[in-house]
Amino acid sequence: MKSKIAITFEKCKKEKRAALITYTVAGDNTKSNSFKILNSISKHADILELGFPHNTPIADGGQIQGSSYRALKNGIKLKNVFQIVKKFKKLKPNKPLILMGYYNLIYQSGENNFIKDCKVAGVDGLIVVDLPYPENKSFSKKCKKNSINFIQLLSPTTSRERMKKIIKDSHDMIYYISMLSTTGGILKVSPRKILKNYNNIKSINRKKNLVIGFGITNKTIGSLKKADGLVVGSQLCKTIDNSLKKRLNTAKVLDKMVYNLKKKII
Amino acid sequence: MKIKKGIQLIDQHDKNFMYGGKFGGNFIPETLKKPIDDLTKLFAKLRKDKKFLNERDYYFNTYVGAPTPFIKLENLTEHLGGAQIYAKVVSEANGGAHKIYNATVHCLIAKRARKKFIVGDTGAGYAGKMLSMAAKKFGLKCKIFMGAKDIKRQRPNVEAMKKNGATVVPVYSGSQTLVDAVSECMRYWVSNCDTTHMCVGSTVGPNIFIKIAAWSTAQISRELIKQVKEEFGEVPKKIKLLNCVGGGSSAMGFWNEFMDTDAEFIGIEAGGPRNSRLHAAPLTNGSKIGILHGAAQYVIQDKEGQIGSTESISAGLDYPGISPLHCFLKDTKRAMYTSASDEEALKAYQLVSKLENISPSLEPSHAFSEAIRLAPKLKPSEIIIVNSCGDSIKDKDIIKQKLGSYIR
Repeated sequence: MKSKIAITFEKCKKEKRAALITYTVAGDNTKSNSFKILNSISKHADILELGFPHNTPIADGGQIQGSSYRALKNGIKLKNVFQIVKKFKKLKPNKPLILMGYYNLIYQSGENNFIKDCKVAGVDGLIVVDLPYPENKSFSKKCKKNSINFIQLLSPTTSRERMKKIIKDSHDMIYYISMLSTTGGILKVSPRKILKNYNNIKSINRKKNLVIGFGITNKTIGSLKKADGLVVGSQLCKTIDNSLKKRLNTAKVLDKMVYNLKKKII
Repeated sequence: MKIKKGIQLIDQHDKNFMYGGKFGGNFIPETLKKPIDDLTKLFAKLRKDKKFLNERDYYFNTYVGAPTPFIKLENLTEHLGGAQIYAKVVSEANGGAHKIYNATVHCLIAKRARKKFIVGDTGAGYAGKMLSMAAKKFGLKCKIFMGAKDIKRQRPNVEAMKKNGATVVPVYSGSQTLVDAVSECMRYWVSNCDTTHMCVGSTVGPNIFIKIAAWSTAQISRELIKQVKEEFGEVPKKIKLLNCVGGGSSAMGFWNEFMDTDAEFIGIEAGGPRNSRLHAAPLTNGSKIGILHGAAQYVIQDKEGQIGSTESISAGLDYPGISPLHCFLKDTKRAMYTSASDEEALKAYQLVSKLENISPSLEPSHAFSEAIRLAPKLKPSEIIIVNSCGDSIKDKDIIKQKLGSYIR
């Protein structure tokens, strides 16, 4: 059976456009509000990434750190993350949802328990920031067995030799990190260069869905729309932060923002 | 789980860089895979390179100042009545602490890797101070990440870093201490790994940093084993080597060459304020294994895996994790671990400073506290050696505040 992630990419390809992938943090700023945000942006986003927050996120910049700390301060637990997913998937069973986070939380749950919880809640995929290839081989196999996409990451420092191996072990989606940066950095590489790297990776296996993330905002997204998919995260977290400060309705603000992002790639 | 004889402890890992199948590894973002692989290969080559080893020895001798003194603490021994107490006065090394070994080696490696920039983390400020010193010596541009709370409580070292031309970057996230400084330093490296070399300040982090730090501080025990043999004719059967442990680089260096001898190893963690639950003692207090800063280790954390906050009077020990090497030594029972409270460390500092010509900083004062507790229970034929790996001068402000006066 085809995964919902694969089906979504097929649909976007038919429409000749990139898939829009959003990232927000579960529990930012509260459980109920993060659900509302997720639900409202899902109207425009093709795939939703939801962060399960960790308090020592070594690969995240200020914005996502801020969102994570805010969520943890408000008492978010892994149990709540799965509740949010479950509630959302009940409303929109066909919208792919990917959980993203750090390995220690999975390690403490136990890999098998974590996968079971994902399956029960309806999680479609997993991104584990600090579990690289080949260390992720056994976990990624377990995910596949349970029909959960394990999303491999590639970066500008990944050698072609290594890319081939990682791509061979990948499932329906691969994530290319656009530049040497934590999340939320300013795009310091030209979109042309990023697309050149992107095309090089695609040439290894055209069939694999490759998305680009890091440094993507409403200003840069248009120039990268040739990709199979584009991830916007930190800008959304920053917008949540700003609208909380201004006491605006975050779900509404995010709805509009994601709508505008989508407009730029169709 | 067993330690093999005749093989350096740092090399006793499997193909996934895990010690005892449980500790260490490389839990890192994809972006760091290649820089870490490159560094791993370079270091493996340099360890066998005679020219590099000569260079290291040259700078250890002429710049760091080897060997540091090994002295008997006659007055303390007499005062306590029991075991003979000695100190390895590592605080006599250039800069005033063991961190100079790791800093010097990292700068030498950075030069070989043709990197012009070097970044590092610091807690007590020693790692940062030494890195800034060595960077200046070797012509590298240096940036130090330090928790905002630590900047306040370790002023003298901050001033020193700035004098050496380093940029000190305050870290405001989380608890604003060492754990956050390490995270922020790693984030910076993720973004700048093409031009910049990273020095992790202790035997923590991805495997290669554990290796480099332990390989560098091993100089301490290379000197000490010679000094011990000169003093006693051989390595005595009843000898205890006491060392404070935060990240664990000082203890690793102090013990390394004694690994295959009868010497007993005792590591002393930071117990924090008396009756506090915010201790920084993951080994003593039975913390679970978790992933912190790229490595699996015993770490203070909650049930879900959020890293716990710690509190200690000594910024250098105020870290929720501990080197995977120490986890390995604990589980194989090669070393024993215990903790001392803030108050006990302060008392030990006071007693040693009053009786002897040395004045340990708050970090080794934790180890002295255990020596003071143990010595009266032992026979005069038994020997305790404490690694006095820092000088109290950097803690002048805290000591004055806590005890009313500062003696040295």
